[in-house]
Amino acid sequence: MSRFASTVDLIGNTPLLDVSQLSPNPNVSLLVKLEGYNPGGSVKDRIARSMILAAEVDGSLSPGQTIIESSSGNTGIGLALVSRARGYKLKIVLPENVSPERRQLLEIYGAEIISSPGGEGSNGAVKVAQKLAADHPEWWYPYQYANPANVDAHYSGTGPEIWRDCPEITHFVAGLGTSGTLLGVGRYLKEQNPDVKIWAVEPPAGEMVDGLKNLDEGYIPPIFIDFGGVDLLDRKRVVGPRESIEGVRALGDIGVLVGISTGAAYAGAIKCANEIESGTVVFLSADGAWKYLSTGAWTDDIDAVTERARTTLYF
Amino acid sequence: MAVQVRIPTILRPDAGGQAIVEAKGNTVGELFADLVARFPNLSSKVITEDGQLHKFVNVYVNDDDVRYLDKLDTKVTDADTVSILPAVAGG
Repeated sequence: MSRFASTVDLIGNTPLLDVSQLSPNPNVSLLVKLEGYNPGGSVKDRIARSMILAAEVDGSLSPGQTIIESSSGNTGIGLALVSRARGYKLKIVLPENVSPERRQLLEIYGAEIISSPGGEGSNGAVKVAQKLAADHPEWWYPYQYANPANVDAHYSGTGPEIWRDCPEITHFVAGLGTSGTLLGVGRYLKEQNPDVKIWAVEPPAGEMVDGLKNLDEGYIPPIFIDFGGVDLLDRKRVVGPRESIEGVRALGDIGVLVGISTGAAYAGAIKCANEIESGTVVFLSADGAWKYLSTGAWTDDIDAVTERARTTLYF
Repeated sequence: MAVQVRIPTILRPDAGGQAIVEAKGNTVGELFADLVARFPNLSSKVITEDGQLHKFVNVYVNDDDVRYLDKLDTKVTDADTVSILPAVAGG
């Protein structure tokens, strides 16, 4: 069916593309789940819909209410899309150092933007949102890092779609972020086949780590604890900005235009393909290229792009 | 065998102010035992009383988080770089 009544109904059922021509190992197939095909342009449309619908059902969200959330962009855009379709007002706490396209998209969808210090990254944005939510109990705060509907969107959506399209999967690779994708997809896939391995990719800890005053200011998403993340993940690797940019360019060269974080997931998938004897590696592309064209990631000198990527939040 | 260990800003006061220290050992746990012998203040910040990694600390051998390898038993060679980092959120 390709006729829909609402933009919200366009969320999910994204394509899985075979990109095995990029595999470094002839015995390993490589496929990418293209979440940029969601209507708001990212995987976060899924959790926006799932968190809002769950809150409508349990009564914590009522028609016309204001929603407050922190986001480095994509969750905010997803929430803005669903909020506009379902009649909610939305306030998004956004770190200053995100790409300008993210800011513009939020404005187009009618969200109010509250800036948080860029140097504090997502941690800083979470803190501001928590304070505002505590000061305004009349607002609804989805808190994506602790909301089980974040995981459920992937357990009941992304995971089953991957299994339907690729039951031969042996490894799943995705960015860590809130950990919702890895927890939901990972749990679903391991229930279908306990031998499937789950690999997390994360960006290097940047300057925000230097801002911490003590270790207990560190942060682990509550869902990661609640859903047994340490036991579920089989591997976690760091991918730096240069590898990420090289990754988006490698995919771009075969006509697949994806966001910067996908370059990191791709680099993780390549490491995985190099380590295993044979198998089928599926990696997740959180979003498409369109919000990052201003970064020059595909066209500028790679050293310059890498340097800019160190101070901009792409995940 | 001496392995380079990167110390995060937040722990440098407990490691003689150094960003990189050399430690001896064949596993991550042996490196930490060597470090703690020289810098006792690091002890409780990196390892808990029951001998596990502190929950807000991630340790990497090159780009690999040891929590998903063999934890403190993860093997190292002098070609590896070990990094200690505080846990922070993405998303």
